[in-house]
Amino acid sequence: MTLMKKTAAELQALLHNREVSVKEVTEDSFKQIAKLDGQVKAFLALTEEEALAKAEALDNSSQDSRGPLFGLPIGIKDNIVTKGTATTCASKMLENFVPVYDATAVEKVNEAGMVSVGKLNMDEFAMGSTTERSAFQTTHNPWNLDCVPGGSSGGSAAAVAAGEVPFSLGTDTGGSVRQPAAFCGVVGMKPTYGRVSRSGLVAFASSLDQIGPITRTVEDNALLLNAISGIDHRDSSSSPQQVPDFKSALTGDIKGLRIAVPKEYLGEGITEDVKDKVRASLKVLESLGASIEEVTLPHSKYASPTYYAIATAEASSNLARFDGIRYGYRSENAGNLEEVYTRSRAEGFGTEVKKRILYGTYALSADHHEELYVKAMKVRTLIAQDFASVFENHDVIVGPTSATTAYEIGGVAQNQLTLYANDILTVSVNLAGIPAISIPCGFSNGLPVGLQIIGKHFDEALIYRVAHAFEQATDFHKSTPSLGEGTN
Amino acid sequence: MTKFTTEDVHYFANFAKIAFSDQEAEVFSEIISELVEFGDALKEVDTDNIEPMTHPLQMFNVLREDVPQDVLDRDEMLASVKEHEDGMIKVPNIL
Repeated sequence: MTLMKKTAAELQALLHNREVSVKEVTEDSFKQIAKLDGQVKAFLALTEEEALAKAEALDNSSQDSRGPLFGLPIGIKDNIVTKGTATTCASKMLENFVPVYDATAVEKVNEAGMVSVGKLNMDEFAMGSTTERSAFQTTHNPWNLDCVPGGSSGGSAAAVAAGEVPFSLGTDTGGSVRQPAAFCGVVGMKPTYGRVSRSGLVAFASSLDQIGPITRTVEDNALLLNAISGIDHRDSSSSPQQVPDFKSALTGDIKGLRIAVPKEYLGEGITEDVKDKVRASLKVLESLGASIEEVTLPHSKYASPTYYAIATAEASSNLARFDGIRYGYRSENAGNLEEVYTRSRAEGFGTEVKKRILYGTYALSADHHEELYVKAMKVRTLIAQDFASVFENHDVIVGPTSATTAYEIGGVAQNQLTLYANDILTVSVNLAGIPAISIPCGFSNGLPVGLQIIGKHFDEALIYRVAHAFEQATDFHKSTPSLGEGTN
Repeated sequence: MTKFTTEDVHYFANFAKIAFSDQEAEVFSEIISELVEFGDALKEVDTDNIEPMTHPLQMFNVLREDVPQDVLDRDEMLASVKEHEDGMIKVPNIL
């Protein structure tokens, strides 16, 4: 059996007792990728040579120099820059772009002793929720290869679910860690805005973007978030808030905890099978001693249009840097400087990206700025206030992560407004800047359902405590897709 | 009902510096019209006396000492540039 379905603690025990070497763990990851990724298509690039060299160096390192995640393999979403390894954002625009520095989160996973095995597929520039918008390949859901893995961090979630790597980094601007984690039956955390440095994350919407860990278990997720969190002089929006030891929050005790369930999250548009699993999960939490109370987040229905106005406005500005001059794609068909810009961008960006840039440009234009962009920022205030008032009397908010289970590839997801409406459960969290996790809470027709736990600013520790207590009381995290090795 | 015309596509594409053919403009006019209508839902929200939320965290004047740090290597950076000469990036004639 592969080592890639073991937890960090199990792998580290094997490493500590010298039952396996870091090199063997790393090789096992590449073996799994070689066996499975022809079907899953999670990886855009592999860094086997560098990874094995690092693994050997780690094997020869002294005990006292070993980081907290020593010897563990990780995959990195391809919008997080990696020095010397192409970082494409799954876009033709950056197909040949090789960064000259590491993102802070990448530096931190390296310092923690992890071994990066490659770069993971995504929707182009993280714009999408199916990974079908990648310019290079569509990633398949390991639970059902005919279905999408979700997105935009679809590669990151599918690689962990398939057992290619036990850890990955994703990014979440409107649900892009949590929704694919839900679709693939793994654990995905969107930390508080500012918890993790955005330095080296290719910006999509700067007031919403966060890097987050995707893992098989809650404990592993807490360990990885500990490794990547903290203030960074390269990101002035990173927070000076102290980073607690998230692992010590995993007490299993949630007695007396006050859980809020927004009625909007179990209402219209959420499929019955998802509602059933979430209601059953609430019973589990109740049986563990938590109290459940229905609440309202009255501005939820405006979250998606608010999000699309703000996210596209910020994207239209952020993506202005891709001009064909300094790096990235440059059109061969440009006769003058203006055409270098307009044709490089026309040929380098995909449809979804152009659409969002156009709408964002419209939202920021003199004639529409007030009625759309500023209006959306005001509604954002109301959405944040909704959460704040619920948190006055409750500790966490619980609901589904996604309105449905994974869609069929090329199916319903082709309708943009259906997709955008499905984002209602995740985008408001980014708008408010608060943290939320998705954990497995059941299956419907063989596809995983995700439970979302939302907390106050910088209260990831409590989210992990609830998630871990639920995980320990259930067996959903123990199921893995049978892909490639029969049942296990 | 088209709210975002093909002329609008060309008008905003000019700011966004993206070339669109007339045929593409037709397609994007429909797509963006749907989005404009989607965004219209915000008009029904009462936002009188509500301040716009410009940032998810309240942070002010993040300062640091004015000393050079994280200096990147010029040759490494130029490696990703399509055309360059003597450390300068080449573009088509602009005059």
